Amino acid sequence: MSLDSKIPQGPLAEKWSKHKFNLKLVNPANKRKYNVIVVGTGLAGASAAASLAELGYNVTAFCFQDSPRRAHSIAAQGGINAAKNYRNDGDSVYRLFYDTIKGGDYRAREANVYRLAEVSVNIIDQCVAQGVPFAREYGGLLDNRSFGGAQVSRTFYARGQTGQQLLLGAFSALNRQIHEGKVKMYTRTEMLDVVVADGQAKGIITRNLKTGAIETHAGHAVLLATGGYSNVFFLSTNAIGSNVTAAWRAHKRGAYFANPCYTQIHPTCIPVSGDHQSKLTLMSESLRNDGRVWAPKTVEIAQKLRKGEIKIDQIKEEDRDYFLERKYPSFGNLVPRDVASRNAKEVADEGRGVGSSGLAVYLDFAESISRLGEDTVRAKYGNLFDMYYQITDENPYKQPMRIYPAVHYTMGGLWVDYNLSTNIQGLYALGEANFSDHGANRLGASALMQGLADGYFVIPYTLGDYLATIGPKPVDTSHPAFAQTKKDVEAYIAKLLSLRGNKTVVEYHRELGHIIWEYCGMARSEEGLIKARGLIQALKDDFWKNAIVMGENEEINASLERAGRVADFIELGALMIEDALDRRESCGGHFRLESQTPEGEALRDDDNFAYVAAWEYTGDNQPEVLHKEDLVYENVKLTQRSYK
Amino acid sequence: MSNANGTMNLTLKVWRQKNAQTDGKFVTYKAENISPDMSFLEMLDVVNESLIHAKGEPIHFDHDCREGICGMCSLYINGRPHGPKRAITTCQLHMRSFTDGETITIEPWRAAAFPVVKDLAVDRSAFDRIQQAGGYISVNTGGVPDANEIPIPKVIADEAFNSATCIQCGACVAACKNASAMLFVSAKINQLALLPQGQPERYRRVQTMVAQMDHEGFGSCTNTGACEAECPKEITLTNIARMNFDFFSAKLFREEEVQEIDNN
Repeated sequence: MSLDSKIPQGPLAEKWSKHKFNLKLVNPANKRKYNVIVVGTGLAGASAAASLAELGYNVTAFCFQDSPRRAHSIAAQGGINAAKNYRNDGDSVYRLFYDTIKGGDYRAREANVYRLAEVSVNIIDQCVAQGVPFAREYGGLLDNRSFGGAQVSRTFYARGQTGQQLLLGAFSALNRQIHEGKVKMYTRTEMLDVVVADGQAKGIITRNLKTGAIETHAGHAVLLATGGYSNVFFLSTNAIGSNVTAAWRAHKRGAYFANPCYTQIHPTCIPVSGDHQSKLTLMSESLRNDGRVWAPKTVEIAQKLRKGEIKIDQIKEEDRDYFLERKYPSFGNLVPRDVASRNAKEVADEGRGVGSSGLAVYLDFAESISRLGEDTVRAKYGNLFDMYYQITDENPYKQPMRIYPAVHYTMGGLWVDYNLSTNIQGLYALGEANFSDHGANRLGASALMQGLADGYFVIPYTLGDYLATIGPKPVDTSHPAFAQTKKDVEAYIAKLLSLRGNKTVVEYHRELGHIIWEYCGMARSEEGLIKARGLIQALKDDFWKNAIVMGENEEINASLERAGRVADFIELGALMIEDALDRRESCGGHFRLESQTPEGEALRDDDNFAYVAAWEYTGDNQPEVLHKEDLVYENVKLTQRSYK
Repeated sequence: MSNANGTMNLTLKVWRQKNAQTDGKFVTYKAENISPDMSFLEMLDVVNESLIHAKGEPIHFDHDCREGICGMCSLYINGRPHGPKRAITTCQLHMRSFTDGETITIEPWRAAAFPVVKDLAVDRSAFDRIQQAGGYISVNTGGVPDANEIPIPKVIADEAFNSATCIQCGACVAACKNASAMLFVSAKINQLALLPQGQPERYRRVQTMVAQMDHEGFGSCTNTGACEAECPKEITLTNIARMNFDFFSAKLFREEEVQEIDNN
C-alpha cells in the first residue's frame, strides 16, 4: 500500500481553507444516523467527542479511568501556544508554524503544522468561552509567558495546571453532550482491539474493567485519542495507566506506526531517588523563564558536593557553569527540550552532576527571587515549588532544585494523512496518539494545542467527508469479523492468565525500561541498538514463559490489565529499536552518536532521511516492513538548527 | 522517621472487600524495608509485588497520575482522607511522614453515594452525573467571540481559578460526617458563577446540580468544615456560602424552576 498524505495543493496559507471547502458535508438530518466511536477522553478525545456530538452525530466514548476528567492531559502544567500576537511582539501564524517546524528539526509535514498554527487562535477563544480560567492581567485581558524554542511570548496558561483547566473545559462540553444523550460514555473500559472488515474499521472490542466482560461496539468510524507511549521507558512523567495498547492493537490490525523512535526527553524533571520509584515528576518548562540551569564548573567541586564535603552556597559564582547560557547566548535557558536535555546529560557524563547519584543539575531561582521577590515567584510557580518540596523534602525557595531529564512525550505514533485518517479507512488517530505535527521534537506548550486542534477544529471537518462517502447505512456487530476479533481477544486474555511463573509484570516492565533508556534514550548508537534488539527479544521470550499474572478475568484485575499493557510495550520497544537503527542520522530527540556536528549538536542527513518512517506489522516475530513518506519542504529552507 | 538502617518496618491494616455486594474486613500485612523517600503508593506497590510473588491477591486501589492532579487516588489513612498532611493527595504523601514500627490503617472513602468497587477503590460516578446535570457553559465549538473581547478582572479570574482547582477526588465527602458533597458541587458551580461567561445559565445551573446532588444520596451540610480542612486543593467554605446564596436567590426571585434528574 502506498502512503498518500493527501496534502492539498496550493499555497501553504490557503491549503486548509480550500480543503475544508472541498470536503463533503453530511446534511444535518443525516448526521444522527451515524455512530462514531471515540477512544480516550483527554484533550483530543473529549474535544472530538463533544464537537462531533454537537454537530449531531451519535458518539460512543471510552476511557479506562473512572471518569473522563482523569485522562493524563490533566497533568500538563505549563501552557498552550497560540499565535494571537496579543503581546505585539512579532508573533504570527507563520512564525508559530516556522518555530514548530524548526523546533521539530524539519521532520514534520509543513501543511499539518501550518494548519495547527492557523487554528491555534480559535482554541483560545473556545476555551475562554467555556469558562477556562486562564491567567489574566490587571486590565482583565489574558496574560502570556514564554516557552522554549520561541522568542515571542505566545503561551497562555492557568498557573501550573493548564492541562487540568483545558481538560475540564473539554470535559464540561462532553458532559453537556452526555446529558443531551448524544454521547454514551463508558468509563473503566479498555479498548483491546479494533474490528477491521472489508478494509474498513467497523468497531472495537472492549473489556469492562469492573466485570471483565468482553464487549463489541460498532461504529461508522473509530477515533483513537489514546495518548502516547512514554511508559515504554517504565519511568516517565506519564500516569501509571498511560499505555500504547489501543494504538498497538490497531497497528497489529494493519495501521502503520510512524517514527516510533521520536521520543521526547524533558530536561526538567525531579531526579530518580531509588529503585522503588514508580514514576517521574515533571517540573514545568515555564520554570526556565526564571530559573537558571547550572552545574559545578569542575569535576572536583562536583565530587566534594556529592560527598557532602561542601554545601551549595559555598560554591562561588565563578565556579558555577551556567552551561545553557554559556553555549546558547541568544536562547539561553529557553533552548528547546532536546538541546537542554542533551546538555544536562553531557554535564553528568563528564562527572559534574549533582545529588547523591550525580545524575542531576541545578535549576536555580536565587537570582529571580532577589530580583522579583519571593511572593512574585510564588504567585507564578507556587504549586510547582510545593510539588517539588513534597517529593524531595527540599525547599526550592532556599536552595536550587535538582533536575534531570526524563521521558515526557512521544512524537511518534500511528501514521495519519492530512485528514487524521490512518491507512485503514474509518480509523483515525488524534492528539499524541498520531505522529503528524511535531516532527522529531515537540516544542513546549504545543501538545495541548495539537490535542485540541485535532479534536475541536480538524476532525469535525475531515470525518464528515468520510462519513458522507460511506453513507448512513446502519451498522451493527453482526459481521463475522466482530465474533472473530472478540474470540482473538478472549484467547489472548486466557493466555495471559495462564502465566503463573516467578516474575511479576512490573519487574518485566522495569527491565524493559532500563533497556530502552540505556540504548534508545538520550543517545543511541548502532552497537547499542543491536545489543538492545537481542535483549528485548530475550525479555519477550522470558515474559511469555515466566511472568506471573494473578486472578481471573471476571473481576477487577489490575495484574491482568498491566500484563496486557506491558506485553504491548515490549513489542513496541522492539519496533522503536528497529526505527532508531534505520534512521542513521540525528534529528531532534533522536540523537545518533554517529551523526553529530563538531560542537556535538544533532546532525541531520536531509538527503537520505527526510522521510516519515511508517512501519507495517506483518506477523508475530516477523520483521516489520518500512514504508517511507517523503517530506517535501516548499516554504522553509532546511538548515542546521541553531539556538546560539 | 526511619530506623538505624535508614528504612522502616510497618504494619498495615488494610480494608479488603471483593465487591459492593460482599462484606469487607481488615487484613494485616507487614511492609518491610520501606525507604522514607518512597511515596505512600510506592510502599503499597512493594507490598503488592510481594503478595503477587506469594501467589496472593494484590490490594486494589485507584491511582494514576501520581503527581496530585488526576484525582484518582483516594485512601483514608489513619482516619483521614489522603493521610496526615495538609493540602496533598495520597500519591504526594511520602513515607517520611510515618515512623518506623508504626501501624497504619488504610480504608476506602466511606459514603453511601460512593459504593466500594473493590478493596480500597470506590465508585465516584455520582460526581460525573452532577456535572452532567449542568456543570458547563452551553457553547458549541466554533462561533465564539475573541478571547480578549470579555475582559475579566484579575481578582475574579483568580477566584474562579481557585474554585476550578478541584480535582474531583472526593476527600470532602470522605471527611464529612454526613458524607455531604457540598464543597465539591459548590466549587464546580462557583467557578462558572463567578465568570461573565457563566451568567446566562447561573441560576438554572445551581438548581439542576443541587437537585442531582440530592438525588445521588449525599448527606446535608452542617458547616463543620471538615471538607475544607481535608481538601488537597484547599477549596474554601466560601464556595458553599456562595452556592447557597445563588440557590436561594434562584428559588426566591427567579421564575424558572428547574427539576430534572439524570438516572443513568
